[in-house]
Amino acid sequence: MSITRNVGLMTALRYKGQGPMLTFILHRIGGMGMVIFISMHVLSSFLGGDVGRFLNDIYENWIFQIFIFFFVMFHATNGLRITILDLWPKLLEHQREAIWVEWAVFIALYGFALFSIISTALGG
Amino acid sequence: MSNRSRTLSLKERGLNFEMLMWIFTRLSALAMYGLFLVGLVGALWMGARYHMNFAEVLRWAFMSNYIHVQSTNIPSIDPWASAFWRLVASGLFLLGTAHGVHGMVVIADDYIVSSGGRKIVRLLSMIAMVSMSVIGVYVLWTY
Repeated sequence: MSITRNVGLMTALRYKGQGPMLTFILHRIGGMGMVIFISMHVLSSFLGGDVGRFLNDIYENWIFQIFIFFFVMFHATNGLRITILDLWPKLLEHQREAIWVEWAVFIALYGFALFSIISTALGG
Repeated sequence: MSNRSRTLSLKERGLNFEMLMWIFTRLSALAMYGLFLVGLVGALWMGARYHMNFAEVLRWAFMSNYIHVQSTNIPSIDPWASAFWRLVASGLFLLGTAHGVHGMVVIADDYIVSSGGRKIVRLLSMIAMVSMSVIGVYVLWTY
């Protein structure tokens, strides 16, 4: 048995899922980003040498840290929202409110992280 | 529309691999939160309040490897490189690998729909999971 897609790419791009769709997309991008980042990070630590040191220097860079902190922290907050709502399905009715709470928590925590990354980078 | 939950009971749904991985993804997320909190509390216990900023503490809590705190102002690296922290990091890493590899399979399934292609995806994911687990744990315990 195989499953066929019945939605074309253009139709998919025109789909306007609003808030929940945005979290879904960011969750996917962040998840894939983490798999790629962590795999390369582990492999470069394992292999060492010039290439490994070059890659790990990129990861230590504050500009890179701003991106990876965004993806990791968003994936974590959004993942907690999904976990709580999925394990208590009655709460799914309040998904939109849950997403607002999630953004409030995420922006506060990410703001703190951003502040300390940038102030360390500027202060040396 | 009635207010009754539309969720089927486990008996009606049946217990298959997808169902098991669905619940594993949620539970491993909670377990990783637990290990993250252990790392966070541990860092504060070891004096992070005086030697590290918020982002550095988070970086440590996400993966409690001592190399992640080498660039901070901590006076001694020894308590951060203990076997306990390597154990916490290994647990976090193995859970994260399984969680992440399954996540990649879920994403791939959205685009690769032939049953042959899906078999290849699963084979590759198993190879990736086993090799990454071995390499990651090796790196955590030997460096």
